[in-house]
Amino acid sequence: MTASEPTITPGLVASHGLKPDEYERFKKLIGREPSFTELGIVSAMWNEHCSYKSSRLHLRKLPTKAPWVIQGPGENAGVIDIGGEWACIFKMESHNHPSYIEPYQGAATGVGGILRDVFTMGARPVACLNLLRFGSPDHPKTRHLVAGVVAGIGGYGNSFGVPTVGGSTNFHTRYDGNILVNAMAVGIARKDEIFYAKATGVGNPIVYLGSKTGRDGIHGATMASASFSADAEAKRPTVQVGDPFAEKLLLEACLELMASGAVVAIQDMGAAGLTSSAVEMGAKGDLGVELDLDSLPCREPNMSAYEMMLSESQERMLMVLHPEKRAEAEAIFRKWGLDFAVIGKTTDTLRFVVKHQGEIKADLPIKELGDEAPLYDRPHVAPKPRPRIEAASIVPPIGNGEALEKLLATPDLCSKRWIWEQYDQFILSNTVAGPGGDAAVIRLGETPDDGSGAMASPGLAFTTDVTQRYCEADPYEGGKQAVAEAWRNLCAVGALPRAVTDNLNFGNPEKPEIMGQLIACLDGIGEACRALDFPIVSGNVSLYNESAGQDILPTPSIGGVGTLEDASRTQNIAFMRPNDSILLIGETRGWLGQSLYLREICGCEEGAPPPVDLAAEKRNGDFVRGLIRNRALTAAHDISDGGFAVALAEMALAGNIGATVEIDPLVPAHAYFFGEDQARYIVTAAPDKAKAILLESEQAGVACKIIGLTGGDALTIGSATAILLGNLRRSHESWLPDFMGRIHS
Amino acid sequence: MLATVIQFPGSNRDGDVMRALEQASGKKPIRLWHTETALPAGTDLAVLPGGFSYGDYLRCGAIAARAPIMDAVRRHADAGGLVLGICNGFQILAESGLLPGVLMRNAGLRFVAKFQHISVARDDTPFTSHYYKGQAIKVAIAHGEGNYTADEETIARLEGEGLVAFRYCDSNGHAGGDANPNGSINDIAGIYSPGLNILGLMPHPENLIDHVVGGIDGRGLFESLSAFAKVPA
Repeated sequence: MTASEPTITPGLVASHGLKPDEYERFKKLIGREPSFTELGIVSAMWNEHCSYKSSRLHLRKLPTKAPWVIQGPGENAGVIDIGGEWACIFKMESHNHPSYIEPYQGAATGVGGILRDVFTMGARPVACLNLLRFGSPDHPKTRHLVAGVVAGIGGYGNSFGVPTVGGSTNFHTRYDGNILVNAMAVGIARKDEIFYAKATGVGNPIVYLGSKTGRDGIHGATMASASFSADAEAKRPTVQVGDPFAEKLLLEACLELMASGAVVAIQDMGAAGLTSSAVEMGAKGDLGVELDLDSLPCREPNMSAYEMMLSESQERMLMVLHPEKRAEAEAIFRKWGLDFAVIGKTTDTLRFVVKHQGEIKADLPIKELGDEAPLYDRPHVAPKPRPRIEAASIVPPIGNGEALEKLLATPDLCSKRWIWEQYDQFILSNTVAGPGGDAAVIRLGETPDDGSGAMASPGLAFTTDVTQRYCEADPYEGGKQAVAEAWRNLCAVGALPRAVTDNLNFGNPEKPEIMGQLIACLDGIGEACRALDFPIVSGNVSLYNESAGQDILPTPSIGGVGTLEDASRTQNIAFMRPNDSILLIGETRGWLGQSLYLREICGCEEGAPPPVDLAAEKRNGDFVRGLIRNRALTAAHDISDGGFAVALAEMALAGNIGATVEIDPLVPAHAYFFGEDQARYIVTAAPDKAKAILLESEQAGVACKIIGLTGGDALTIGSATAILLGNLRRSHESWLPDFMGRIHS
Repeated sequence: MLATVIQFPGSNRDGDVMRALEQASGKKPIRLWHTETALPAGTDLAVLPGGFSYGDYLRCGAIAARAPIMDAVRRHADAGGLVLGICNGFQILAESGLLPGVLMRNAGLRFVAKFQHISVARDDTPFTSHYYKGQAIKVAIAHGEGNYTADEETIARLEGEGLVAFRYCDSNGHAGGDANPNGSINDIAGIYSPGLNILGLMPHPENLIDHVVGGIDGRGLFESLSAFAKVPA
């Protein structure tokens, strides 16, 4: 150790986020006092973000396998077989704390990081999605955060050149001090050309690629693993700065390099930078790694080994190369103007050795850094069930038509056009359905369609979803519902749901009630994934989402991916033409507990959330998908937030065609309008086809009714006064632009 | 038709325009790295594609306009060869002086990506023969700096000599007001050089080439070019 390095004191250990017993565990493991660099390395490897020490035990219960799963959790991203010679590679990841501190760069680097996870595996990114949760619109920071996060997501994805095709955005005061920014990326690769992080071969060169290393982002992962306090602003320097231009060059160079056959293993430098990527490559391949930092490309002079090992500078990759291909590999990177440096080699010692200026700065057992990370079975208490609310006990404060108009102009249900119009949805010319529908759809391949209705290219569908107020009220049912809704979104566009990536955003796991939420949500997610044949292939856990002692709502984001045999056999939500029959699929009982109607119109967030009948979800979803594949429908939409009336209004607004429908007299009207019963869809079809659909539904055991007709310029639901679409549109479209344009008072 | 698509560091719609060109002409375009100094022999059309060349960290297109290949593009244009610049490509043409005017930050100060209609100002150019005059075509836009402007004299000349190629409009072909997404003067979405052999435009016709992705209004531009190149000069 050099004289300039600080002495290790309990205070220094604590400032690295390590608990005293964790530090003792590490000392025992290596049999001596660590060096300063070693302390940095272990703090990076053992923080919550990298080690999953609080969640690992419970994540094991999730289903991760299916015949079509090529790679489940544990790699940079999950991989599924999508037919033919192709695989789909995808993952979702959070960048919550950085985005609160510095919204533009936090969100931008979140997108950059997840794109890197995908192209590290040899995939060309084809789509991005996101899931955003902001604080109350009344909170003074909310507008600034929305503007910055949206611009950051767009700024990175637009420049990198990937379409952002979908997302989910809403608001709740429980995110006031801790917003959520979850980014999902999807890529495509040939099944036999997927790259992994596992290093092989002793003495192979380890190569550093991409941008230079600076002092930015040091301890980013440690920060992401701590609760927020009032000094969040002081942590701004731990947020990295994104460079989408460098990432675009890195993408093209990496894909070119992979095609050349030079790559043995590859890992991106994400959270915990060089430390985490080098350790993972060695540990996965049962090899040691020796790094010599003297040749590390640095942006700033006089960087210490500690700083180089912990920097989270963006747009960097680590590769193990076939030695004989080194010159060829270097030429490719030079062409793209990127740094290329051999900084180490694989060894047979199973040690992680870091040298700098002739000194050994770290010498640690490589497998144990990951395998021996602390694992906690944290105390947890089961969530308290909430009472069921009877629809009849809720007295409607205003008329149902007026309530519908109000609901469509609430922050959660208003049009998010202001957001998605800042994202390039069109690049690559494959976007069949962009933002604003149930799920996004892209086509694959280069086959032009001739418009004659012949088989077009196959397609993929994506969605991101979670209903956190359900998870708060009943984490188990909420977990089930998040998966079921993602599954339903995919069915509603005619896709066969195939696999999930999840992003588990929770509060402080050291509180037993938060741990209880996490465990119950995972139980619900696991059950739904098993019932729906919808395995989890990748994901991320983000804990300690709390500020000033207030935990966020439990928010297990679900990113779903589905396949379409023919991308033209899909359906969007817009009414296509007048005089089509409108059919309601699924049972409507009028469940008002935890509904947006209750919250926004009645002013109370109460009751148990709607239960999810997974068998009905499966039956109804399979039925709707079959209808779409047979081209039997003219529009389809699942029913979720806001209930039946909101879904119907969204279809009418999208198609600019009204509707007249009857409602069930046995259900109180306000509960029929706004109840959030699950497993339901609204679809439309030509009247003669609708009759045939009714017959089919009986055979399939699916609840299905013809409830009305499309047409006109107004919505007439039951006995409520007709509501003009023009009025609905104005309120629906104007809330977000008005909010964002309002002068701060 | 032989088309050569220039690839700058940060170009990202090079693949999109190559796909549209190949679909219209049946011939695969050549992708050419920006450090080259000559266009492949027989090039009919040089394309500067969309993207964020050099990250757009300096003024959009300013660095790419000084790339080695741009001298060859200029020679090609001077000899009457066809040049098409889309989005970032239009910005590069403006920065290189091949077309007049500048593309400023959008009037709304935000990146704008949506379907947009533009009206075809004239149908007697190599780029528009497969459209009709006044036709409103559906294209995509995706830009942060598409707000076209130039000095009064230049605008008067462009208007007077019929060098405005496209104007932003609504689906009925009416220009002005809310139909203008970025504040461009006179709703200008694209302009020609005086010889009508250079076209720069902000919107992306290359993304609207199939029904399944929103429509085929963009095909006409590439079909026009393909048909033009087949006729010996």
